[in-house]
Amino acid sequence: MAKARLDLPLNRDGSVRFLPWIVALMVYLASLSLAGAVVVRNVVERWDRGLSGTLTVELPAAPASGKDDGAVPIALKVLRETPGVLSATPLDQRRTVELLQPWLGNDIDPAELPLPRLIDLRIDVRAGVDISALGARIAAAVPGAQLDDHRRWLDRVIRTGLAIEAIAGVVVILVGVSAVLAVIFATRTGLAIHHGIVEVLHLIGARDSYIARQFERHALRLGLRGGIIGLALALLTLLGISDAAERVGSINESVRMLPALSAPPLEWALLLLLPPAAGAIAMLTARITVLRALARMP
Amino acid sequence: MRYGAGPEVLRDVTFALEPGSFHFLTGPSGAGKSSLLKLMYLAERPSRGLISLFGRDIATTPRRQMPPLRRKIGVVFQDFRLIDHLSAFDNVALPLRVADVPEHDVAEHVTELLSWVGLAEHLHARPPTLSGGQQQRVAIARAVIGRPSLLLADEPTGNVDDELALRLMRLFEELNKLGTTLVIATHSESLVERFEHPRLHLERGELRVERWRPRAVR
Repeated sequence: MAKARLDLPLNRDGSVRFLPWIVALMVYLASLSLAGAVVVRNVVERWDRGLSGTLTVELPAAPASGKDDGAVPIALKVLRETPGVLSATPLDQRRTVELLQPWLGNDIDPAELPLPRLIDLRIDVRAGVDISALGARIAAAVPGAQLDDHRRWLDRVIRTGLAIEAIAGVVVILVGVSAVLAVIFATRTGLAIHHGIVEVLHLIGARDSYIARQFERHALRLGLRGGIIGLALALLTLLGISDAAERVGSINESVRMLPALSAPPLEWALLLLLPPAAGAIAMLTARITVLRALARMP
Repeated sequence: MRYGAGPEVLRDVTFALEPGSFHFLTGPSGAGKSSLLKLMYLAERPSRGLISLFGRDIATTPRRQMPPLRRKIGVVFQDFRLIDHLSAFDNVALPLRVADVPEHDVAEHVTELLSWVGLAEHLHARPPTLSGGQQQRVAIARAVIGRPSLLLADEPTGNVDDELALRLMRLFEELNKLGTTLVIATHSESLVERFEHPRLHLERGELRVERWRPRAVR
């Protein structure tokens, strides 16, 4: 780029005051949307990975008489004879109660509540175990037994995650469109204010690109400035949310409501691209706006 | 030529300027002098007719080839049209900078020319701080800095004293001797009579070419 010199006094325009703040607001919203999408995607991926190859066999509650009906050993035998099963571990009553406590509270009395008997099952995902055939065999061996591969629950979570990502994408697009409109408005205003100077430059033989470059540089500076302000504010907000999540989680792990803001550094680095992206969008928009306006001159 | 749906400002105007010629453009106010100059410095398009500049038909010249043509035309606007936030130096440097002339050449030529028009002490002054005459000299310097092939000036000596007016006319004559074609619009009969150049006289939108004649003969 040639030596930066403004023949047009764009630095004195009102756009210097309002455009960076509009861009800052846009980048702030885009940053939060993208951060939300990144966090949700990572949480879903973590759950997906954690639950892959992990299944739960749910056997009907033990008979009220307290007599052992032998359902657990029968199920274990079927499971352990299946190729690809790495382990099958029955959960004792204490562990089952622990799993229910987040929903039913600490006052669960196993004697009063018929609790299903659970078997934690690990399979080798590469072995290609036919889950539905295995479920049918267990149900045949122990009537009422069910094999839960968490897929239904996980599919719902994945769908929700995808929806959140799509909404974030739409927000980013809307924010981008709004930023473009703001830059078009500011550039057209600048062209109207400095029409006389633009005409002189045109008449002394300046190419359209020479005139457009002045508006481009101005828009790039304002876009970058706004982008940096917006990102800084967004990072402060994310730090605040992260801190709040940590504090809520440290009070009681079971009531952790907000997922930890963890994602690979590369994905966080995406946010750092927002200010240069804002600058580039502002620059390109100003260039196109000016070139289109100049094309109407003789 | 007409503006929008208004009446024709110029009609059936036909003339040719020989390269290296010098003409005064005269006529009463509202006769169309400024409109004719606008057509010549390519600020307006004719509603009908043909304009040929430097051997090119302007109507068929692609837009991207217009800037190099405009750089061959120097213009002194009646209202100067200087850029207020730029110094006298930067105003005069503009035609060179838009043509990508190296900055060290720009500095040398601009300083030399501004010194020649008596503004060596005002290189860094902004136009609003200069007198009308000084602004006019900056405007003239900007028009001639690029050694244009065609120089069009609208009342270029209107705001300066007689001595400076003569000095500026000498500058125009020097440029003319170097091959620049000049058209100077003026109301000053004394100027037209003093210098032996033909005149293009506009009246009621029509043009007449008159050879120079001393006052006694007319």
